[in-house]
Amino acid sequence: MSSMLNEGETLGAFLDRYRSLELLRFLTCGSVDDGKSTLIGRLLYDTDRVYDDHRKALEEDSKIHGTQGGNVDLALLVDGLKAEREQGITIDVAWRYFATLHRSFIIADCPGHEQYTRNMATGASHCQLAITLIDARHGMTRQTRRHAFIAALLGLPQMVAAVNKMDLVGWDEARFRSVEREFLAWCARLGTPEPTVIPISALHGDCIVHPSTHAPWYRGPTILQLLESVPVMRPAADAPLRLPVQQVLRPSPDFRGFAGRIESGSVTVGDRVQVLPSGRETRIARIACAEADGGDRKSVAAPGSVLVTFTDEVDCSRGDVITCVGGSQQPIPCHSIEADLVWMDETPLMAGASFLMRIGTRTVPATVVRIRHVVDVDTLAQHARDSIEWNEVGRVDIVTQQTIVVEPYRQMRALGALILIDRVTHATAAAGMVRSGDPHEPNPRRAHWATQPAPTIEPPADRSATESVARAARWRQRPAAILLFGPPKSGKTRRAFALERHLWQQGHAALVLDGQALRGGLSRDLTFSDEDRSENLRRAAEVTRLLLDQGMVVILSMVAPQTAARELARDLIGADRFLAIDCAQRGTDDAALFRDVESFIRPDQTPGAG
Amino acid sequence: MHDRSWTHLDDLESEAIHILREAAACFERPVLMYSIGKDSTVLLHLALKAFWPAKPPFPLLHIDTKWKFREMISFRDETARKFGLDLRVHTNPEGLRQGISPITHGSRVHTDVMKTQALRQALEAGRYDAAIGGARRDEERSRAKERIFSFRDRSHRWDPKQQRPELWNIPNTRVHEGESMRVFPLSNWTELDVWLYVLQHRLPVVPLYLAQPRPVVERDGLLIMRDDDRLALRPGEHVQERMVRFRTLGCYPLSGAVESRADTIEKVVEEMLRARTSERQGRLIDHDQSGSMEEKKREGYF
Ligand SMILES: Nc1nc2c(ncn2[C@@H]2O[C@H](COP(=O)(O)OP(=O)(O)O)[C@@H](O)[C@H]2O)c(=O)[nH]1
Repeated sequence: MSSMLNEGETLGAFLDRYRSLELLRFLTCGSVDDGKSTLIGRLLYDTDRVYDDHRKALEEDSKIHGTQGGNVDLALLVDGLKAEREQGITIDVAWRYFATLHRSFIIADCPGHEQYTRNMATGASHCQLAITLIDARHGMTRQTRRHAFIAALLGLPQMVAAVNKMDLVGWDEARFRSVEREFLAWCARLGTPEPTVIPISALHGDCIVHPSTHAPWYRGPTILQLLESVPVMRPAADAPLRLPVQQVLRPSPDFRGFAGRIESGSVTVGDRVQVLPSGRETRIARIACAEADGGDRKSVAAPGSVLVTFTDEVDCSRGDVITCVGGSQQPIPCHSIEADLVWMDETPLMAGASFLMRIGTRTVPATVVRIRHVVDVDTLAQHARDSIEWNEVGRVDIVTQQTIVVEPYRQMRALGALILIDRVTHATAAAGMVRSGDPHEPNPRRAHWATQPAPTIEPPADRSATESVARAARWRQRPAAILLFGPPKSGKTRRAFALERHLWQQGHAALVLDGQALRGGLSRDLTFSDEDRSENLRRAAEVTRLLLDQGMVVILSMVAPQTAARELARDLIGADRFLAIDCAQRGTDDAALFRDVESFIRPDQTPGAG
Repeated sequence: MHDRSWTHLDDLESEAIHILREAAACFERPVLMYSIGKDSTVLLHLALKAFWPAKPPFPLLHIDTKWKFREMISFRDETARKFGLDLRVHTNPEGLRQGISPITHGSRVHTDVMKTQALRQALEAGRYDAAIGGARRDEERSRAKERIFSFRDRSHRWDPKQQRPELWNIPNTRVHEGESMRVFPLSNWTELDVWLYVLQHRLPVVPLYLAQPRPVVERDGLLIMRDDDRLALRPGEHVQERMVRFRTLGCYPLSGAVESRADTIEKVVEEMLRARTSERQGRLIDHDQSGSMEEKKREGYF
């Protein structure tokens, strides 16, 4: 291995140079045996980045496991796990690190097996450039197309195809050109930026680090020349601020700091910012940093990790996003998105399946409500299907139970990339890329409220439609819903059952629907968020409607804190059959309550009174 | 416009802080595996930074095999005292009772009993659901495939075929009761990055990393420091004073020293830049057999 220092370079000079060295993250992919491992091994070997002890181990390993008849097998330099070695294949993403005098590199070495496509997506999510290996003898395969497709789907800005094993086709230019044409055409269809196609022999080291003497017709760069010269992508400091909050740090009563990594743009002390999804505005008071670390900062840009404080007491917690105010590009707080998914679970995705969805630093329950299509990777045709199978890519609609803050992936990765987590196995079931968020449907549950009451089902011919009238007459009551609402401990439940007992003693038919009891079954899936409380009330109201049709008096005991939701319940049930009583406001005189209710349900009572 | 120019190390630092904060936010009982070496030193510094002005919201755990260099132990205690950290030390009591030693039982048995099993005991006793460690992917080949958030089943095993795909910087941190995660914030750092960071931030490290005259014996092709008289001399061996330092620190009878004149961090970095062998070369544990580290990892070695 050679020195990282230039001839005669001092440490100080090196450190200066090192500070300006850029870091490029790229991936390599291809079908099994296309020569990916050999290519990476060759890169390390020819740039002299292999430690002497590793080189020695490699020579020994080559004799035992090598495929080169005892000659050094470069693939072994990067084949790590035993099982793989025994099977002779790479089964997972492996990370490699190397540096030349000009640049540092992180390589995501991605698998060739079709069933491990998920790993290709994994690698691509961390990289800006993909090198796809193509065996010159076989040309493009299904896998090649698939890998380029995923690289394009994940939005890699730079694509390279390395046409390998050129030695086996006698460095035939026509052969190379035809593969090149095919690849360029495919990338054009995918809509990627124009790729670079390079003829190589990984085994013999042609066009990897050193130019080839076998291809005088090729004038383009070697692999390393290209890797050392492509511009390194970094987040632009003048892009809009996106700071997903990871944690609130509260070491003392007078300090409340918000910790997170700036994914886009920059923060400067004094900047006006807003917290999403609430939309509350404030200013950056401090970018706090320990004295020992140079003290507070004035300004920090992406991708810096920071701790900021606000000038005002504004609610902000993990999962929220701090953004700049104004600007043309704003994230969308919403409950419903359209996204592309790379499906990674062996169990196929069916519409209606629920997951935990992580986007930014927020994790929310989410349901895939619709599968729009699955993409045929060979033809790019979109097929309507009701499931997405392992390693397929499809487009779906997802609805979340809580508000999320999203942006199209192409515009803003930080708020456009998501994963779906299986609720039972906790496996990462999918990687997703947001295409759009729908701000017009802020609450899918309220959409339920808004729908018209279900059409009345025609009673069977032998069932009298007047039965409920007859029942009400026998019980000497007008069917009605009595909503006892109020915060916990306001005496709803006690009153509800006292009222039920009283009505029973008076010969009425009444029953209690208790909000808490509903949560044990009918509403087991709901949380205590505002929207879920609203939904719980909606379900209770629907059940009540069915019971009123049977002539019953229904006593609802529910927290129901939102006026709007109570009004929706009233509309659903019918204002003339609905009596709401605020238990927090009401005196403790049960007798008065009983009188009011009795008068409300009296058959001759005019609608709306009480 | 910004305070200073952004460097490659800033990138790695920010990424590591992000990972540490995720670990703290997503787990109930995280713990930081503190092994005293240079990687742990950087990791601890980053943890102090990630949660400042609060203290790191997790204790430090050191698995003490009782064969660490004495200078490591005093450095450990001094560090915990200086930063007021909650340091927990665990030694496998059965191993201690059986008198397991790397010298008489060999590195395999010693590592298994005093490190792997001891770690399991400590993790179970503490019911930790996330163990944060300073391992780097460039250290060893089997680590190259390790995730940053690496899932472990109820018996602390790592299954290289059952790893969760790790996309963007969105970790899947969900575990069931009894399962756990190993978290590696320094995954993307190289040995050089670690040293450059130590240099840039002037972090104190165990003096064993710097060259000094030390008593060593030559054994199995390695220079072993005689840190106490438990290292009995074999026939023909004799202790010599040599100017040496260590590239990695572990149990002293298993750590090979290198001859060096680098008595400052600057000189160490300079030596590194000219290095031709890997840092693990001085470790007996990797030489047992090819692929040995991978087997240990499957068993739960850190
Ligand atoms: N003739 C020839 N063989 C190659 C070349 N590159 C790789 N190979 C061989 O192809 C086989 C598969 O290579 P490997 O790197 O393991 O493929 P991977 O599965 O893509 O990692 C090995 O036997 C290599 O020696 C090349 O450029 N020319």
